[in-house]
Amino acid sequence: MSNENTGSMSKKRLISNIVSYIILILISIIWLFPFVGLVLNSFRSYQTEYGGMVDYMIPKQFSLDNYRFLFSGDTNYLRWYGNTIVIAIFVSALQTIIVLCVSYALSRMRFAGRTLLMRFWLILGMFPGFLTMICLYFLLKSMGLTQAGAIPGLILVSVASSGMGYYVCKGYFDTIPKALDEAARIDGASRARVFFTMTIPMSKPIIIYTALVAFMAPWCDYVFASYIAFGHDMSYNVAVAMQRWVWTGDYQGYFTRFCAGGVLVSIPITILFMLLQGYYVEGVTGGAVKG
Amino acid sequence: MAEKGGRKNPVAAFFGALGRDLAEIGRTFKEGDWRTKCSFLVMGFGPLARGKWLKGLAFLFSEIALIWFIVSNSQNYLYKFGSLGLVETAKVGRKTVYGDNSFLILLFSLLTIFAILFLILLWRLNLRENRKEEQLLRAGKKLESNARDFASLFDSNFDKTLLALPVLGVFVFTVLPIVFMICVAFTNYDKNHQAPSKLFTWVGMENFGNLFSFSSDGFGSTFITVLLWTLVWAFLATFIDYFLGIAVAILINKKGIRFKKLWRTILVMTIAVPQFVSLLYVAKLFDSDGLFNGWLIRAGIIESAIPFWTDPMLARILIIVINIWVGIPYLMLIATGLLMNIPEDLYESARIDGASPWQMFVSITMPYMFFVTGPFLLTQFTGNLNNFNVIFLLNQGNPKSMGMVGGAGSTDLLVTWLYKMTINDTNYKMAAVIGIMVFIVTAGISLVVYQMLPSVKDEEGFQ
Repeated sequence: MSNENTGSMSKKRLISNIVSYIILILISIIWLFPFVGLVLNSFRSYQTEYGGMVDYMIPKQFSLDNYRFLFSGDTNYLRWYGNTIVIAIFVSALQTIIVLCVSYALSRMRFAGRTLLMRFWLILGMFPGFLTMICLYFLLKSMGLTQAGAIPGLILVSVASSGMGYYVCKGYFDTIPKALDEAARIDGASRARVFFTMTIPMSKPIIIYTALVAFMAPWCDYVFASYIAFGHDMSYNVAVAMQRWVWTGDYQGYFTRFCAGGVLVSIPITILFMLLQGYYVEGVTGGAVKG
Repeated sequence: MAEKGGRKNPVAAFFGALGRDLAEIGRTFKEGDWRTKCSFLVMGFGPLARGKWLKGLAFLFSEIALIWFIVSNSQNYLYKFGSLGLVETAKVGRKTVYGDNSFLILLFSLLTIFAILFLILLWRLNLRENRKEEQLLRAGKKLESNARDFASLFDSNFDKTLLALPVLGVFVFTVLPIVFMICVAFTNYDKNHQAPSKLFTWVGMENFGNLFSFSSDGFGSTFITVLLWTLVWAFLATFIDYFLGIAVAILINKKGIRFKKLWRTILVMTIAVPQFVSLLYVAKLFDSDGLFNGWLIRAGIIESAIPFWTDPMLARILIIVINIWVGIPYLMLIATGLLMNIPEDLYESARIDGASPWQMFVSITMPYMFFVTGPFLLTQFTGNLNNFNVIFLLNQGNPKSMGMVGGAGSTDLLVTWLYKMTINDTNYKMAAVIGIMVFIVTAGISLVVYQMLPSVKDEEGFQ
């Protein structure tokens, strides 16, 4: 620092740091803007101000009108919210179990048709999911799992094909040394014992990652959920119901209510995500490297 | 195994294997005792007669169930597979006389065909089991006990236990519907041919002809437009996000920048908040009566609202820009982890050689990132080809255009167009054709690019 040369160096660094901070602050503003707007809109008074869209961001009068509306009997919001929680919990639990089973079998065991199965599933995954909608609708309908039974139907569809999403989890299992398995098996432990008492306890990060991703997906599920719950208000999940508030003709009055509903959905999910963020990063990064 | 000695013709390899298998079946019959010979008709007879009732009963019950299923569905469905039904449901007087239902005929015919294939597979396994038992007995060894057979489901055969349910699920809810829809692409199933009151039937390649027909009501020009936009979108959405994401990660990682965790958390909010909330809100910001237009008008910068969502070009640009908002956080997370893996001494020696930061970025950081994330970029690209949520939540593929058929809009991707045709037009046949096209595009790009990836070439020895 005492020397002229390092002085100019540190000056240069200072300037570049200031520029970096300015960019970062700009990025933060852009990225946070919609969330701030959403929260502010949700507090706009429905009684004294308009419930639709306006050309200012900060409400003239803060009130809890919109939240009160959600909890009043005038809407099924609580029911939709409950539906989504039920779907998310079941999908998360069952999907994690299935992914673990498939990943262990594909990572640890060598059986006839293993590569064939993996290749076949890879190819299947290249078909767009919406292609099969009408056929799935019929299959569910024949089991009585549409409209009034749409919630179990949705869970069934989300869980049934989840075996195909084994990539990240298998990648993780591949990194657990096989020598550990071998040692246990020499001691007389069966495959099932190894799986339940060794592999699963060692896979906490990937289990949490899988469960977290599976838990978050149903909150955004619009397409299929709206298709199989068609016309049956009580079976909607929040995504379907809120979308209708925004898109149907009367969104003008429902815009602030949508914002309030959105805030209530986002808060728990965001908190959960932030708590488990480390596991998420680990899973995503691992998945990206292994492809 | 076949690939070991260089690339063989897969068709020849298949028929070779089939021939060997048939010879094996013949040998099983010729050399087999009476128990094995009975097993050719009554599956599981051999194991039962040799005291292995667990395996024997499993084979026997599957045979009975499958044959029952096949027989009970043949009469009503499989025999009509060729025509998909001829008798329409009609009203005679006040009574409704139910006829055929093409939808059910197609679905159950496929199920029956799958059941037959499965039966053949089981039959083959049953023969193999018989031969194995006989050879063991002939060698003077004892057969495994039933209890050991059962225990093996949790040990040497644990894979079968683990995979049974997932494979069944994938079969019923993915394979069957996909095969069904591929079949629909060759029929005239649309709003004029809805079961049960109307029937649909096979039409051969007509729908594919329609897809490439450039007459006024053909799908040709719309298909080309949508396909091109899908490719442009996927390319821009993937690579712009990729480079900007890495740039942001480097910026946050930079020495001397404080509150690294804070900056990351702010960006990660986008991943945490469900997209249907954030994207619907963002879409509304740019509406003609949305916040941005309101501000600009009040500030006197513009006279009337900018048609963000109704001008085709503006809508396309805006969607790509908003997707940057969605995509950067993911890339930032991934890049942050990977950047730390780059050996620091590479940079150190480059610095001693007098390289500028930009030079180091181009010749150290990017090559490393490309190498490591090659397969990820590919999945990212194919994911974007089918990125339904962003397009659909932002503006549902609008603005619609008069020149396009099938309700397509200017920002529609192939998948959103497919969705619209299924939901709005109930034009199932063309939706199925588009679905097959999506598959061909995705699979084609994946196959070609995958061969070119540097990490794949180098890793071949590892695999």
